[in-house]
Amino acid sequence: MSSEATTGTGGGGLTEYIQHHLQHNVQQVAGLSFNIDSLIIGFAVGMGILLWFWSIARKATSGVPSKTQAFVELAIEFVDGQVKDSFQGDRRFIAPLALTIFLWVFVMNAMDLLPLDFPGWVVQTIWGAEAAHHFYFRLVPTADINTTFAMSLTVFCLIIFYSIKVKGGFGFIAELFTAPFHAHSVPTKLVLALPNFFLNIVEYLAKPVSLAMRLFGNMYAGELVFMLIAGLMAGMLTGVGGFIGGLFGVAVHAAWAIFHILIIGLQAFIFMVLTVVYISMAHEKH
Amino acid sequence: MEFIAQVQANTALAIGIIIGLGAFGACIGIGIMGSKFLESAARQPELMPKLQGSMFLLAGLIDAAFLIGVAIAMYFGVANPLISALKG
Repeated sequence: MSSEATTGTGGGGLTEYIQHHLQHNVQQVAGLSFNIDSLIIGFAVGMGILLWFWSIARKATSGVPSKTQAFVELAIEFVDGQVKDSFQGDRRFIAPLALTIFLWVFVMNAMDLLPLDFPGWVVQTIWGAEAAHHFYFRLVPTADINTTFAMSLTVFCLIIFYSIKVKGGFGFIAELFTAPFHAHSVPTKLVLALPNFFLNIVEYLAKPVSLAMRLFGNMYAGELVFMLIAGLMAGMLTGVGGFIGGLFGVAVHAAWAIFHILIIGLQAFIFMVLTVVYISMAHEKH
Repeated sequence: MEFIAQVQANTALAIGIIIGLGAFGACIGIGIMGSKFLESAARQPELMPKLQGSMFLLAGLIDAAFLIGVAIAMYFGVANPLISALKG
């Protein structure tokens, strides 16, 4: 699984291995650089799960459900229950948004369970080792900070949209200066305006930043631990007990992957619940 | 040449402190939350499934700052921008 690290055990080979696997496949389009690997994988898995759920929902019957239909209903009821708990209002937009976020983030995170040498191995068998040495491809879109910030900035735009829709444009700006410290006389209001504004800016900025960084940190650290296990255990592949050492590496990989399955689902769930909670908070008036 | 060694040494210390202090805070937080959960589950066992869902959510939120710290520390560990600023 880690053919490149065996050529150089110790510092040099491991560092090179990790740095090679941390590089994105960057393409320049019209002067801007895009991480093509995150875009392709994110789009492909998103369309995959969307089309799969859609094809099952089309054939849905009110009789005895098939197993796949029961699974789809389970997922939808789970998300709908969560939205009902946190948001008292018209759920017709929020619940599908929550379902999309949950499923898409879950599937993108699940790409972390594929071996990270897999794209390099495919390129190596088809085009040879030299091409594989210059080929970079990161399999996990949510381990790319651009993806997570894109999603959380979209949620941020939705929060601002709903705030303005519920409070009105002037009400939104007025509330930036009058909440959370309320005052009744005009001089006190002016004094409290600046601390209020500062607190509101911090609160508004912390939401998208924390959403994005939480997901990114979890996925990036998970991928990095996989790379470290592969690199450190690769030294045991050579020598007398080569095969046994390889089995030990497989065992450690499997243990971390099993723990990571929990993290994958949990981070998708947290992203969805926090999105719903933030949007429901935006519907509150003072 | 000594400057690179100094930057590397300080970076290594910083990585250790980030991960260590983050783990310290996260573990104590999970410990307190878990103990409260077990107490309330023992008091009212019928509420345990609902509380368990909230407990997992809170565990993810408590681990968030710690894992962000780990990600940043690992970034400094493998692709140190302070060293590439020195070299280039």
